[in-house]
Amino acid sequence: MARFTVQVNGNQLAVESPPDRPLLDVLREDFDLTGTKYGCGEGQCRACTVLIDGQPTASCLTPISSVDGMSVTTIEGLASGDQLTALQQAFVEMDGAQCGYCTAGMIVEATALLQRNPKPSRSEIVDVMNPHLCRCCGYRNILASVELAARGWEANDA
Amino acid sequence: MPERFREDLCEPDRKELAEGPAYRFELDRRQWISSIGAGLLVTAAGKVVFSPGGASAQVRPSQRLHLGEDGSITVLTGKVEFGQGSRTEILQAAAEELRVSPDVLRVMLADTAETPNDGSTAGSRTTPSTIPVVRRASAAARELLVRTAAEAWNLDASELRVEAGAVVRAGDRFSYADLARAQRPASTVDDSVPRGVPLREVRNWTVLGQTLPKVGAREIVTGAHRYPSDIVRPNMLYGAVLRPPSYGAQLESVELAPGRELGAVVVRDGEFVGCAAKTSYEARKALEAISETAKWRTMAHPPSEGLGAYLKRHAQPSAGGRRGARRRESGDVDSALAAAQTLEASYEIPYVQHAPLEPRAAVAEWDQDRLTVWTGTQRPFGVREQLAEAFRLGADRTRVVVPDTGGGFGGKHTGEVAVEAARLARAAGKPVSLRWTRAEEFAWAYFRPAAAFEARAGLSGEKILAWDFTAYNPGTAAIETPYAVPNVRTQYIPCDSPLREGSYRGIGATGNNFAREVFMDELAGAAGLDPLEFRLANLDDGRLSAVLRAAADRFGWSASKSLGRNRGSGIAAGFEKGSYIAICAQVRVAGGSVEVERLVSAFDCGAILNPGNLRAQIDGCVIQGLGAALSEEIRFAGGMLVNGSFARYPVPRFRGTPPMEAVLLNRPDIPPAGAGETPIVAVAPALANAVFAATGQRMRSLPLRARAA
Repeated sequence: MARFTVQVNGNQLAVESPPDRPLLDVLREDFDLTGTKYGCGEGQCRACTVLIDGQPTASCLTPISSVDGMSVTTIEGLASGDQLTALQQAFVEMDGAQCGYCTAGMIVEATALLQRNPKPSRSEIVDVMNPHLCRCCGYRNILASVELAARGWEANDA
Repeated sequence: MPERFREDLCEPDRKELAEGPAYRFELDRRQWISSIGAGLLVTAAGKVVFSPGGASAQVRPSQRLHLGEDGSITVLTGKVEFGQGSRTEILQAAAEELRVSPDVLRVMLADTAETPNDGSTAGSRTTPSTIPVVRRASAAARELLVRTAAEAWNLDASELRVEAGAVVRAGDRFSYADLARAQRPASTVDDSVPRGVPLREVRNWTVLGQTLPKVGAREIVTGAHRYPSDIVRPNMLYGAVLRPPSYGAQLESVELAPGRELGAVVVRDGEFVGCAAKTSYEARKALEAISETAKWRTMAHPPSEGLGAYLKRHAQPSAGGRRGARRRESGDVDSALAAAQTLEASYEIPYVQHAPLEPRAAVAEWDQDRLTVWTGTQRPFGVREQLAEAFRLGADRTRVVVPDTGGGFGGKHTGEVAVEAARLARAAGKPVSLRWTRAEEFAWAYFRPAAAFEARAGLSGEKILAWDFTAYNPGTAAIETPYAVPNVRTQYIPCDSPLREGSYRGIGATGNNFAREVFMDELAGAAGLDPLEFRLANLDDGRLSAVLRAAADRFGWSASKSLGRNRGSGIAAGFEKGSYIAICAQVRVAGGSVEVERLVSAFDCGAILNPGNLRAQIDGCVIQGLGAALSEEIRFAGGMLVNGSFARYPVPRFRGTPPMEAVLLNRPDIPPAGAGETPIVAVAPALANAVFAATGQRMRSLPLRARAA
């Protein structure tokens, strides 16, 4: 056991943990941030994607020791208060979720994409999102959601 | 003959896991503290009862609607929401008949202590069964509102109308909350609503028939929604369960001490061995320590290689009962075959796994001898019975709550994880959360049945005179041909399956329709006709013909059959559970892979309740169907899966999603049927037929293994 400190969604949080425990478990079980999902535990579905120092990363494959002192953003950290991000609002608008279990990973990934490249082409979006599984197969609405946000649609137009 | 909802062709598949409970107990459920406050409970038959709410609330199976004195309106059903849109459509149905804005309603789903028992959420039954009863109860409540207001104001009820949840007249307003308060003294207002209050006609719909944003979307996009695996209870532990190394292996011995030394609660009860600890990491470590000491007696288990032949060797033609063999014959098939040009072919499909993104999960909590389990199951009341039986509790002491869950596709009818979590919680004396790993979900959940088929037909010119179809093991959904054939023999023969089987999107219809629709293509070739023309020539079902024509028109069928070497188009249709699908697909075969260049579907499920949700369901079915057609196949050897992971069992992703279009054929004159299953059944045969058009190779098994010519 060792003590690790992580800045999660802007809050400095500490945890006593074995060093190889996955960040996913710490977020869900110690910090009660259950928006980040387990889907496969081997980086094949990307439902567990979070931003680590801004980089989309599979939290199921990330030992807690490797993020000590770093900053982590989860799905819970994107909206400011009641104000959804344009991307979150686009997912609502375009019916981007069926069961919604993959949605957190999708939104976190696409948030980073739109920060890097605010106007990605469809093929750029597909390339970046392809590692993410949606077993409901709602891919077309997910793409439409990301594209809507990329077109500069503003949340406060709703 | 007028079109009708073909209820007669909607019997449950023989492979459907037992649906609904054997009994409908009217148990005293007063011991659960209800979240429903004081108000009126309304049944679909218009019976209205006052309920004081809270600890004394007691919702009976027929009660569909609660009108709170506080102004709340709650729709009650035992159905679940797994992404198919049931919550939103049930809300629309109630809002339409109550004449209220949808955003003032709450839909309470699947809580065995608070909602009626609606059996399983399966077989596309929510739309034809649940939506109508919710509409009737809502219409009855509206009628009662009008009558009560009319009485209070001394007016004729026909002069009053409900708008935005109230009857309004010259400054006076009488709302559902007023109604709930007004009726408080009366314990029952049984006869105040006549039977058969009219439902709003489809052409006058203002809420139904519209695309409504998904209820709960905001909670999903912010990560706030708690799926079953996200439920947290005070002092909760996390569990892990020991699995056999192979199918049928029996535990001979295991040491529990290594797990206990790591601080975990460890329980062995017969074949069940599991651990619970403060974190899932600790539970896994304890389980690993125990697992290393386990000794198993293994059993021989066949490999997936040669599965079709295995199934035929292990056919159970004399199996009786509801899940047994079935044979139907009309006309004289043998004589007709003897007199006709005949063709025959065999087909096969493998096991596939649903692999919902949220694996099975449950949180179990005991309060002395009362058990509450939050879990993602499509059969909440069935799982309650399973728990009550496993722990020898009365069903009244067992409560199952189903939070909106991360996918099912027919794969979550069972309650294994609920029983396991409850056993661990019993041992720990604390609530336990148990979530299966992806590997467990692949290996120990049940599968869409593998199957083999033998088809024979006799042709005379462009007409099919005789049809002889034998299906080994797929299930019975869509086993009967929808084509007009005078002499038909259909046999269903269950087989001794090496793997555990159960429901799936369309279940038996996926295999039965694959075999039939590829065979129809072969027959079209033998008859020298275009596959579309041949189908239309053998159909007298107007709705099936209509979806075929609609898909072909939008696709440009006549212009796109011949596309040169290794590119071609295929068509297939299907009918199941009251709805009709046709799909045209264009493929390109490159090396050993099939690329779908474009796909057009046409779908008719009667009156459309929510076009946006319908499109999402068609998309889901079609793309999931692409997986089953092109890549999904469970392989096993030595009693264990060879490809039980997303790395080895490729499922559809963004990149394989072709340009697609869905033509919706709205039929306001026909009661709506469900849409979450049927569109899948035409995908694989349309692609198989397209590969034939592209390469000349006839595809008779799934997944398709094409080679560029």
